[in-house]
Amino acid sequence: MSANPDIALPNKRAKKFMLVNRRPPHGSIYAQEALEVALIAGAFDQDVSLAFIDDGVYQLVVGQDTQGTDSKNFSRTFRALEDFGISKLYVERESLQARGLDAADLVVAAQAVSAQALGELMARQDVLLSF
Amino acid sequence: MNMLHTVSKSPFGHTALETCLRLARKGASILLIEDAVYAALRQTTIADKITTAMKELSVYALEPDLRARGFGQGQVIDGVKLIDYDGFVDLVVEHQSVQAWF
Repeated sequence: MSANPDIALPNKRAKKFMLVNRRPPHGSIYAQEALEVALIAGAFDQDVSLAFIDDGVYQLVVGQDTQGTDSKNFSRTFRALEDFGISKLYVERESLQARGLDAADLVVAAQAVSAQALGELMARQDVLLSF
Repeated sequence: MNMLHTVSKSPFGHTALETCLRLARKGASILLIEDAVYAALRQTTIADKITTAMKELSVYALEPDLRARGFGQGQVIDGVKLIDYDGFVDLVVEHQSVQAWF
């Protein structure tokens, strides 16, 4: 997808933010709040990445249908992140495997990475926000 | 500079500590606070994991939270360092970033 030229410019004041998602999507407000923060940080041209660990991987499961629960199906919003300059989505492979899932079960092309690789990515962030 | 990981949930009912240990890299520090201080105790089913983790990581526990729950230095795994709130602040300052596991 062609990025907005404003977004493509390097932002010298950008910090590396990682949003660490460990909660499933509909039982609490955490997941939706994380998505809001991602969009805001992206709008401010920050270097944003999202990590999905433990039950957080369920946020990305394809085919969520909330019509019967009166809650918002925000899973489609993950596909819009790229328009906000956010294309770094990481899913911990161990968490996927523990839940019988793989990359094909997800709404977006998130990168499945090992716990070790994700730990190293975390260690390179300026700011970590947990949800 | 290394990362500081804070953990605040009991290891017996939550995956916060287990996941933290899976992702923490060598040289990082882990601070056990609130209900996670139970992980600092000797003779639990968690103790071996903490002892193993201490080969590569520094492990701290917030003493006021431990004392509030009826425990103290005498019940804590050897090598786990007890700190107070000032020590908590020092840890935050000394590390590059903080990840909260809850």
